[in-house]
Amino acid sequence: MRLVIILMVLSLLVLHQDFWNWNREELSFGFLPIGLTYHIGISLGAAFVWWFACTFAWPSEIDTPDEQASESGEQA
Amino acid sequence: MSYLLAMNDGQIRFSIILVYLGLLLGLGFFASRLFRGTKDDYLLASHSIGPFLLLMSMFGTTMTAFALVGSSGEAFKKGIGVYGMLASSSGIIHSLCFFLIGVKIYRFGRKHGYSTQIQFFRDRLESDLIGLILFPILVGLIIPYLLIGVMAGGGVIAVLTEGAFPNLGLSENGSIPPQYGSLLICGVVLVYVFFGGMRGTAWANAFQTTVFMGLGVVTFVMLANRLGEGQTLLESLKNVTAKVPSSKLTRAGMSQTLFLSYMCIPLSVAMFPHLFQHWLTAKSSASFKVPVICHPIFIMIVWVPCVLIGVWGTTLDLPDIRPNDVLPYLVNNEIGAFMGGLLSAGILAAIMSSLDSQFLCIGSIFTNDIVLHYLDESKISEKRQVWIARIFVILIVGITYVLSLQGYRSVFTMAVWCFSGFAGLFPIVFAALYWKRLTAAGALSGTLAMVGSWLYLFQQSGYGANTEFALSPFGSDYPLMPVVAIILCSTVAMLVTSFITQPPSQKTLDKFFRS
Repeated sequence: MRLVIILMVLSLLVLHQDFWNWNREELSFGFLPIGLTYHIGISLGAAFVWWFACTFAWPSEIDTPDEQASESGEQA
Repeated sequence: MSYLLAMNDGQIRFSIILVYLGLLLGLGFFASRLFRGTKDDYLLASHSIGPFLLLMSMFGTTMTAFALVGSSGEAFKKGIGVYGMLASSSGIIHSLCFFLIGVKIYRFGRKHGYSTQIQFFRDRLESDLIGLILFPILVGLIIPYLLIGVMAGGGVIAVLTEGAFPNLGLSENGSIPPQYGSLLICGVVLVYVFFGGMRGTAWANAFQTTVFMGLGVVTFVMLANRLGEGQTLLESLKNVTAKVPSSKLTRAGMSQTLFLSYMCIPLSVAMFPHLFQHWLTAKSSASFKVPVICHPIFIMIVWVPCVLIGVWGTTLDLPDIRPNDVLPYLVNNEIGAFMGGLLSAGILAAIMSSLDSQFLCIGSIFTNDIVLHYLDESKISEKRQVWIARIFVILIVGITYVLSLQGYRSVFTMAVWCFSGFAGLFPIVFAALYWKRLTAAGALSGTLAMVGSWLYLFQQSGYGANTEFALSPFGSDYPLMPVVAIILCSTVAMLVTSFITQPPSQKTLDKFFRS
């Protein structure tokens, strides 16, 4: 699963360099420059990738018993 | 009531700012009532911060004057490309750093009782010297970051109170001069950090993040309606966009290699000392999940309106205006006094939500890494330790304020230089967590290579005066941001030195790595 996450993050980084949108003047919804719309998509894509990573590749060794034990004694 | 009606627009805006600042002071005092009297509680809120508060405080801390004032100013100059250059890239890289570095640091912090980065590096690298080297570097890099907020805060208040007090003789246009505005901002932040500590700071950050995100959207809608003059919001948006020069709606004139190399700038969050401290306040490692996922969306909510407002500014016949002043100028001139006052409070909220954490973290570094590290901690009571941190916070606020009086610098340029320095330390923190072979000598030489290359390039840029400074190793058609060279220097120095020096002891490796 970690390999999938790494590939997803690398894809985001490559897609971020959108040279094909550089000089495009079209507007989305009549007001949003296409280059900006595309990068809003990148932001949403990043949120999805991180949701995916947190759901399916959360480092399980992080939540060790000693951490949980120390948490049980603390107050919010 | 008659007094209120007699107030001019500037006075109304200033009054609303004062009410807002009063609310923050109240929050700080309230947080201080929950203070448990220990250093751990003052500096780390006793590790009690849950997912929502962690999200808001981490986001509020990373979004500073740079995000609102700097982004709109830079979009005013360069167009919509600014969003891709720093916002969408930060959405990917910031969360990557939280995921790969923040969570692991949190775990080590909880397990071994760290409060600062330097404590972690000293332990991981078995070196006291690394702490002495890192201390002035971290403080030296954080001070320009603080200056960005203090100067932008003063500037915003000056623009928004234009004509407020024509008879007081404070300034030619009757505004509150920037140095008084900066003093007011410093004073308020100092008071709630002083009394509330990390808990007060986290609460204030959450409150201020809510304020600036909410009011940012309101500003966007109001300015769109005002500048577009349509029957509906969509019509207004279309109208105002139609007036924007096409060069600002594309990335024409923006270098693709420069755009690519900007991707390295957000790596800086991995080494921000104030963010490090926020990571350690988390209640559990699971608290990180919400910030990791929501951070890119929150950046989008703040940056998209600011970038659009910046490019809309190009449709107006603005006087000889500094890019930093575009957003406050539009708020001041295009929106009514009452809403303008609320929106200006939102801008100040973004600025102060970073200042507080930065002031507190410097107090924490000094207390833990210098005073308590070199004196016998057992002989200094918890109460006294808290007071040492507070006194150092006061000192740093004072020094920052005095430095802020030295004159105007572009918020964007200062921030990029400051972030470049922190990004140059990214390879070291990453290697410390994931590379067993990293040695103290390797980390030291990497750190010194970062400092040397940063100083050289900063000097080459005329100490930031050349705002377009870039490197051209592949010719002038392919410029790169200086941060690329800084990261390269620190990485090469760290790798080479680590390979030729003695590896860390097995005891240390067992402490930080699973076999």
